[in-house]
Amino acid sequence: MTLTQAEKAAVVTIWAKVATQADAIGAESLERLFSSYPQTKTYFPHFDLSQGSAQLRGHGSKVMNAIGEAVKHIDDIRGALAKLSELHAYILRVDPVNFKLLSHCILCSVAARYPSDFTPEVHAAWDKFLSSVSSVLTEKYR
Amino acid sequence: MVLSANDKTNVKGVFSKISSHAEEYGAETLERMFTTYPQTKTYFPHFDLHHGSAQVKAHGKKVAAALIEAANHIDDIAGALSKLSDLHAQKLRVDPVNFKLLGQCFLVVMAIHHPSALTPEVHASLDKFLCAVGNVLTSKYR
Repeated sequence: MTLTQAEKAAVVTIWAKVATQADAIGAESLERLFSSYPQTKTYFPHFDLSQGSAQLRGHGSKVMNAIGEAVKHIDDIRGALAKLSELHAYILRVDPVNFKLLSHCILCSVAARYPSDFTPEVHAAWDKFLSSVSSVLTEKYR
Repeated sequence: MVLSANDKTNVKGVFSKISSHAEEYGAETLERMFTTYPQTKTYFPHFDLHHGSAQVKAHGKKVAAALIEAANHIDDIAGALSKLSDLHAQKLRVDPVNFKLLGQCFLVVMAIHHPSALTPEVHASLDKFLCAVGNVLTSKYR
């Protein structure tokens, strides 16, 4: 699955807005993930997962930074996230199904904050983009 | 996900072993899929799906041929299955989840008829190959 020029443009444009609230969106996405899909908490036994927790905010930032990197290098997501890909393959081993769940939560958070920007086309572009990111992060698992 | 040199060797090895029974295995794969995952029958309202059906046999032959094509062009599965990919994207639109189910059933058929060939390593290689084929066939959906 490849992103068209229009889709890349849509991702980059929305990212410019999202970046201004990246940390908050990151934390909110994780919160949504842990509430809607409690099984995802299994990967964070060492975290305080209560709302507003510093660890949640910190981790949300990390996630959004990675997405920002992918946006910046949207023509070579694989290259940009190579180290993260290895981290997930050899150490974290997050079950691939969870990337879909997190992506979904990120989409919800972004849609909630930018409703008029989140047209069906933009929604589709972002979903494809996050799917690409997820693929890259799971491609070295085996 | 990338197929390693070992994976390719393993896959080619399997397919050369089963080449004389490929059509039969294709039909059996479909039969198992329709039985175990009845929702997959939704794509074949026009078929007689009873055991031994000529239509299932013929379709099994098609599926097997495509897998053999992919194995024979394992360095460029996307190229080899390009037309089939278009067909699935524009006409068939089989939900991507079903490719996993078909792949599963094919592995079961392999395990039944060639248990000694399906070592854990070969199993993994074959599963990766079937995922790659599924990815190619759904890559043009959007």
